[in-house]
Amino acid sequence: MDLLIFQAPILMVQASLDGILLGILFALIAYGMALQWGVMNIINIAQGDLVILGGYIAYTMYLMGIHPAWGVIVSPIIMYFVGWALYKLVINKVVDRDLFISILATFGIAIVFQQLMNFVFGADVVVAQSEYGTTMLFDNSVTLPNSKIFAAFISVLYAIGLVIYMKKSRLGRAIRATAQNARAAKILGVDTEKVYAATFGINAALCGVAGALISITLTLHPYVGLPYTVRSFMIVIVAGLGNLPAVAISGMGLGLFEEFADYILGTEFRIGAVFMLLVFILVYRRFKLSKKREYLK
Amino acid sequence: MNKLVKLFTIFISAITLTLASISSSFAKVEGEYIVLGSAISLTGKYSSNGVHTQNGYNMAVERINKMGGVNVGGKSYKFEIIYYDDESNPKRAAQLAERLIKQDGVHYMLGPYSSGLTKAIAPVTEKYKIPMVEANGASRSLFTKGYKYLFAVLSPANQYLEVAIDLAVEKNGGKPVKIAQAFEQDAFSQDVRLGILDAAKRTGSEIIIDDKLPKELNDMAATLAKVKAVKPDVLVVSGHTKGALTAIRQISEMKVDVPMLAMTHCDAAKLSKQHGKKSEYALCASQWHKNLSYKDKFFGSGKKYDKDFKKEFGYAPPYQSAESSAALLVFKDAFERANSFDRDKVRDALKTTEMQTFYGNIKFGPGGQNVAKPMILFQVRCKGDTCENKVVAPTKWASDKFYHPIPKWSERS
Repeated sequence: MDLLIFQAPILMVQASLDGILLGILFALIAYGMALQWGVMNIINIAQGDLVILGGYIAYTMYLMGIHPAWGVIVSPIIMYFVGWALYKLVINKVVDRDLFISILATFGIAIVFQQLMNFVFGADVVVAQSEYGTTMLFDNSVTLPNSKIFAAFISVLYAIGLVIYMKKSRLGRAIRATAQNARAAKILGVDTEKVYAATFGINAALCGVAGALISITLTLHPYVGLPYTVRSFMIVIVAGLGNLPAVAISGMGLGLFEEFADYILGTEFRIGAVFMLLVFILVYRRFKLSKKREYLK
Repeated sequence: MNKLVKLFTIFISAITLTLASISSSFAKVEGEYIVLGSAISLTGKYSSNGVHTQNGYNMAVERINKMGGVNVGGKSYKFEIIYYDDESNPKRAAQLAERLIKQDGVHYMLGPYSSGLTKAIAPVTEKYKIPMVEANGASRSLFTKGYKYLFAVLSPANQYLEVAIDLAVEKNGGKPVKIAQAFEQDAFSQDVRLGILDAAKRTGSEIIIDDKLPKELNDMAATLAKVKAVKPDVLVVSGHTKGALTAIRQISEMKVDVPMLAMTHCDAAKLSKQHGKKSEYALCASQWHKNLSYKDKFFGSGKKYDKDFKKEFGYAPPYQSAESSAALLVFKDAFERANSFDRDKVRDALKTTEMQTFYGNIKFGPGGQNVAKPMILFQVRCKGDTCENKVVAPTKWASDKFYHPIPKWSERS
């Protein structure tokens, strides 16, 4: 049974496409994380919960009779302000402390968000319907939900938009300057406080987009945020900070790896395999770094 | 400052003392009240089903009290329940059970929601020899540990979908079938899986896909792609509400054609409401359905229960509420037969329970599970855009014919 994928090679096409499409979506979440990690040196444990909140915004629109796809525009706008407010309320008090404090703070935020969402939206698992239909390839043997293609397309669009914004706009330049050296940027007149707030807002907005996409491709529940945090954390660890192409490639790579692990090792080892890969990469990196250090000596 | 601390200490000790005196006066039977205790998930991830459970309990308490209460030793008593919120957390549930028994002096317990939490509480009630009637823990492992004080009004998890395999074999002209299955890796779903393995062995059927879905997983695309490739006769999925919703979403999106699809938790997931016509023909395991013809004198029939519950709480009762109400009927019956508040006498009476309730027949097996009530299967059927659950198996209770095989996606509008 394990070798089904070799008996029916068309499954490889299916697995690859599934993995890549999902990977792109995860890469978008990871990009937000990489951005604010790089700029503010904060690991945001609440990342996944921001995603789910964004999803609930789209779901609420769906309940009101608006097509949930509009969520990819509405949700980031609302989430930007949520992120901004979070920064002003909590994050600005921990931003220059050590990493451990910020992890604790965002962990707290995650719990508060989960309970609030549970309180407001209830503990039922919910889905929003896009009715986008299906794309069939190779005589029906490969089927791709259009909602997933839509999700990947929107993710790419937002990612490209953000890269251009970071390069061209004043705020984008300020963010990059702060990321490189916050003190120097401050001396040269960059209002780092504002930059931090904006960065956190942008991250939350990206989560909002991803959440809206998840509401039409997967399922929503107040307590499913953590897997998204973990996944984006892994992508960032593999890709490194502030490197969008690397984040995209590592996102897709992990998506692919996961799908193939499912076929070859079995579904129960799917997530375990990804964690094994993470351990392997971390060990390998350390090994490489230590070699470099020797050389420097 | 010192004064303040002193005042505070006095204040705290005063509160503690008052509380202590209150809790010591609380006992198993208070005046005309029989006090039951329950830890229940009012917040956290099980909170919706926790509330269904609590509503079921409350509905039965009110009904029994209104209709003459419980007759013990020629005197009529009323039920009262002390609830604590276990936050959907097993550790907390065990602590609260301990608190109910030791501090509040509760001598009879009602179960929490879910197998996991029941598993956490059962060792505590067992240790203090407190009879517990539970209505929401179906995991088989609850009934194989030799617990003497645990009684469950519901059918154990391994029976959930066994009927479905029998049905598939029957539709295949009595010949063995090819089964594809995907189960989440939690106690309940894995028990459902064991039931399928038994049924497969019994009928000589072959399991060609046997995927165990990790708990964090919300994407079943890989499993479904495999299903598409190997074309089984029946696909079985169990992974709580998330599993049911994900399965229908992706089966419809990936146009996976299977002749028969059997699942759990369709009711709790509000499958036909959330997915509409996409969920049509799905076969779902259920503990109870309002159309079954069981009867009792408190709630009348299932249909009447459905109506009264809707009036009281504003929504149709899921089976989680019905089975919870039944738990109190069982307690009442046992108290009256024991004619005593002695815990061991009540336990012995529970053990010999044999009764019919609107929810089904109840008789406890040696492990404490209900052996008198079969699981039922309903099928989602749609007319236009409104979908309904129709009972199709077992034949004795079936109100509609089982639609088989499921039409191909290309033929479905």
